[in-house]
Amino acid sequence: MLTRRTLLTLTAASPILASEVFRTSAVMAGTPKGVVVMAKQIDDLVSGFDPAEAYEITNLEVVPNLYRGLVSPDLADNTKVVGDLAESWTVSEDGTIFVFKLKTDARFASGKAVTAEDAAFSFQRAIKLDKQPAFILAQFGYTKGNVDDLIKATDDTTLVMKLPTAVAPSFLLFCLTAPIGGVVEKATALAHEVDGDMGNGWLKVHSAGAGGYQMVEWVASDHVTLDANPHSGKPDQPRRIFIRHVPDPSAQLLMLQKGDADIARNLTPDLLKKARADKDLTVVSSGQAVSVYVTMNQSMPELQKTQVHQAIKWAIDYDGIAMNITPNMYSVAQGFLPPGLPGGMTDRLFKKDVAKAKQLLAEAGFANGFEVTMDVPSSAPYADIGQAVQADLADIGIKVTLVSGEMRQVMTKSRKRGHQLALLPWGTDYFDPYSNSQAFCENPDDSDDGKLRLMAWRSHYVDKELNDMSLAASKERDNTKRMAMYREMQLKFAERAPFAMLLQKIASAVMGKGVSGFVIGPQTGFTQYADIRKA
Amino acid sequence: MIGRLFDRAWLLSDSPQSRAQAAWGRRYRLWCDFRANKPALYGLATVIALLACAILAPLLATHDPVTQNLGQRLLPPSTQHWLGTDELGRDVYSRLLYGARVTLGMVLAVVVLVAPIGLAVGCVAGYYRGAADVILMRVTDVFLAFPRLILALAFVAAIQPGMTSAVIAIALTTWPPYARLARAETMTIRDADYIAAVRMTGASSGRIILRHIMPLCLGSLIVRVTLDMSAIIIFAASLGFLGMGAQPPSPEWGTMIATARRFLLDQWWVPLIPGIAILVASLAFNLLGDGLRDVLDPRQG
Amino acid sequence: MQRHSPARTLARLGATVSSLAITLFGLVLVTFFIGRVIPIDPVLTILGDHARPELVERMRIELGLDKPLPVQFWIYLTHLFRGDLGRSVMTSNLVVDDIKLYFPATVELGTTAMIFATLIGIPLGVLSAVRRNSRLDQFVRVFSIVGHSIPIPVLGLISLLVFYAWLGWAPGTGRVGVAYVGMTPTVTGFLTVDALIAGDADVFWDALSHLMLPAAVLAYFSMAYISRMTRAFMIDALAGEYVITARAKGLSPARVIWRHAFGNIAVRLATVLALTYAGLLEGAVVTEMIFSWPGIGQYLTVSLLNADMNAVIGATLLVGFVYMVLNLLADVAYRVLDPRV
Repeated sequence: MLTRRTLLTLTAASPILASEVFRTSAVMAGTPKGVVVMAKQIDDLVSGFDPAEAYEITNLEVVPNLYRGLVSPDLADNTKVVGDLAESWTVSEDGTIFVFKLKTDARFASGKAVTAEDAAFSFQRAIKLDKQPAFILAQFGYTKGNVDDLIKATDDTTLVMKLPTAVAPSFLLFCLTAPIGGVVEKATALAHEVDGDMGNGWLKVHSAGAGGYQMVEWVASDHVTLDANPHSGKPDQPRRIFIRHVPDPSAQLLMLQKGDADIARNLTPDLLKKARADKDLTVVSSGQAVSVYVTMNQSMPELQKTQVHQAIKWAIDYDGIAMNITPNMYSVAQGFLPPGLPGGMTDRLFKKDVAKAKQLLAEAGFANGFEVTMDVPSSAPYADIGQAVQADLADIGIKVTLVSGEMRQVMTKSRKRGHQLALLPWGTDYFDPYSNSQAFCENPDDSDDGKLRLMAWRSHYVDKELNDMSLAASKERDNTKRMAMYREMQLKFAERAPFAMLLQKIASAVMGKGVSGFVIGPQTGFTQYADIRKA
Repeated sequence: MIGRLFDRAWLLSDSPQSRAQAAWGRRYRLWCDFRANKPALYGLATVIALLACAILAPLLATHDPVTQNLGQRLLPPSTQHWLGTDELGRDVYSRLLYGARVTLGMVLAVVVLVAPIGLAVGCVAGYYRGAADVILMRVTDVFLAFPRLILALAFVAAIQPGMTSAVIAIALTTWPPYARLARAETMTIRDADYIAAVRMTGASSGRIILRHIMPLCLGSLIVRVTLDMSAIIIFAASLGFLGMGAQPPSPEWGTMIATARRFLLDQWWVPLIPGIAILVASLAFNLLGDGLRDVLDPRQG
Repeated sequence: MQRHSPARTLARLGATVSSLAITLFGLVLVTFFIGRVIPIDPVLTILGDHARPELVERMRIELGLDKPLPVQFWIYLTHLFRGDLGRSVMTSNLVVDDIKLYFPATVELGTTAMIFATLIGIPLGVLSAVRRNSRLDQFVRVFSIVGHSIPIPVLGLISLLVFYAWLGWAPGTGRVGVAYVGMTPTVTGFLTVDALIAGDADVFWDALSHLMLPAAVLAYFSMAYISRMTRAFMIDALAGEYVITARAKGLSPARVIWRHAFGNIAVRLATVLALTYAGLLEGAVVTEMIFSWPGIGQYLTVSLLNADMNAVIGATLLVGFVYMVLNLLADVAYRVLDPRV
């Protein structure tokens, strides 16, 4: 039924007008036609949807639906990227100049064509604003001073990116798939500039991109409303995406079964099992670039020997945890690069072997074990995983006292290096192996003033060889060779590092009756709402 | 002397020979009143049974309360596990018994801390009025006005996590309503004729508050205390998430519910069983409290 | 009240206002320092777990965290006097705007629950006291204790399961159906009231129906306290001399109960009601979570766990202020209801 009103909303999408239309359909049961209602826990949303600033899980999923980047990860082959706004690109012989040729048919929501100047502006803007994710670009050597010279549009469709130093081409390309690589419409951003913020304040709650959707409204801890970008070139996309904050997983499932939600995002393993049994519902899932690990602080004498690291790794019942506590939610992953990420490792290096672990412990001089504390986030499933690890370590004589606290409490403590053992999650910053290899292997300055303070630093882990290998791999121009280096590093890491990598997160979504096309990938950017279809 | 306590005639004598006899006689009459109140007796019996369970937990338990068996998660009740198993395959029945120790101990500790403080503050403020009232009530208001979680979190920062800090944190957020209530009671009593009469006999203010006002406030206090018991258990569970209270794997009823709540749709018995335990305990304390209130309230003829 | 001269009334008002101000100051002081000592780093929320040290340092200075505590407090106070509660890190909004958004949701829910709890709790309590130890009394007592003893998450989920999923009597979670979100212009922030102002019956009924289930759950929980206190007070009152006198005078039982006995407990009941209502307005975090209700309880908790201190202090002040005003009203109620005080 195409009324005058429907037409109006499709073109001029004012929220009030749009809701006028819904009213007619609201009488019917279920969610309004053309509107996808997603039940999701969104209280992690922090500081809005500016691609130069967005950094939490939900923000990072929404932003790629508002903005398109030059390139995007290839769903079919995770070691490659494919062009999105870019038609093609070339890399100079020495690996320091990237030239992108843009497609000519991409349009912003305003209807204007996407130009190379918009892309150059977006990258310059990200560096100049210097918000949380800015380091993803800044690590290539861009600064507020040089970025205007190094990144330039030479004509409407040609963008030239010069790098101060050569890096692995795949490294830069993977980084450009991150939300910070989203292209912002220069004119719109500058039109809303306040005190030289390049539109940052305005873009937190509005959008100016070429993605499938545009931002309509965000009410924190309540809902996010997105309306279709009329110029996205995808006429079949749902015209509105309504993400409703439903913190309780059981309530999410009930809403889905009643038809009040089309997609539920935070079902627990036991609810997922229920959802799988319901033939009206469709479950999709994918491994995520999020790892759960146990870190052993090297400031504690008992935890310093390699044999102790090994003993702990051989004591844990990985399969027992994954199969019983976190089925369909976390799976076993023992490398610092989880499967799905470029360089991800699927090998099973350790399994529970009490005799072997005990022997290793004895070799280290702790035949009778020792006592240690472990900081554990109090939320599910960490509390349960923590207790399972505690029981496993008790089997080899290590007496663990759990110290549970709210997630950010535990993080704050480990950032101050105050833990002994700690069970924590780590999410990759961008879709490139360097993000994790840097975090877990590099610790060039272990002093309290060290500049790099990621996982290795936080646990006083200094390993010169792995540190240098990580740096070298980030510059390796042959991609096959580069991936092989990551494999070698992960094997050495498993051998001796004071980190027991346990699990990889699996994200699942459940689609209600008649809903299809929702995709989850290893990184939030894979999820394109425009592909959702609703009968 | 002991033998005499079982001598009904001695106890109920109209003309007691000694102070002790009079006192024991009074107590015996209270007990007779109490005994006549069936629900209160049920309450008392249940409370005693619960305490017995807590004390005898090691004897009554069929399993170790912390031993995990991941292969036997979330089993329904059976002959092997009488009340089924929890999310880590631990025996719920045994955890319930050991949990009674932790839970009841904590609740009693809080009550013992909170009730006298609230009562004293409220009675003093209500009796003296004026400056004492203003100061005490402003302090009460500050505490009352705090969202409980905020105060609790401050404690996480200040004190080592554990049961003691949980008890103190709960006590800190629980006493103000008692003070408010006791004050409201006192204000209605203080101008009563018999208080004026007592005052005329030259009794000191302290004595009036202690002997004549506080006993009158006790009734509503007991009702509130017994009603608060389940709330205390549940609040303790939410503190558990902030790292206070019983640390895993030690069993505690509130935490058992809080962690098992996500299984409500399917393995409903897992959260239900500790829920029933809290309900039974709460009901028992409430019935007992009502009975006590009835016999202790001097206004009852 | 002719006994009081205008000057005395004025003095009393002054004393009340100043004591309110002192309590508020105490509240700000304590909250502020709690905010600075909690074991969660505020910079963590803003910059995330992976931020570079120099960025962390810069943010520290930007937030004024490098200054001595008293200086930070002074700065906060001076802003506060200008009515500026600062900006929330989580929502990027002014805290004042956030409160305008979330608090009405809580008030709407809390007030509805309070009305339910009072309308059911007081009559039940009176009835229970009058027919003390009867079957009805036993039933009322057990019924209300059950409501108070089931943890709200369990009670909330069960009610959703039964009334929403099985019976279909209640609509889903949230304040209003998806189709009606943002339909009425915000005037008061209370959706039902706004819908009436806009003259939109559909939205009004939808919002009202969304309100019922969470309000009922909260009411069931709060009712126990009200009904049991009413019962306890009434039992005292019914044994009082004036009631016996009234009975002796041959007044009808209903008149004795409601006019003489109940009139006498109104003072103490006012405190009970004020405490209950204030407790509801603090925001029932768990209920809000289960019913996806965007209230102040969720706002406060999420802010707290993220160390979003401007939001925490702002919301705490508000909740504290409401508490104090309600207590003040209860105090006023003493004077009006009880001629002896």
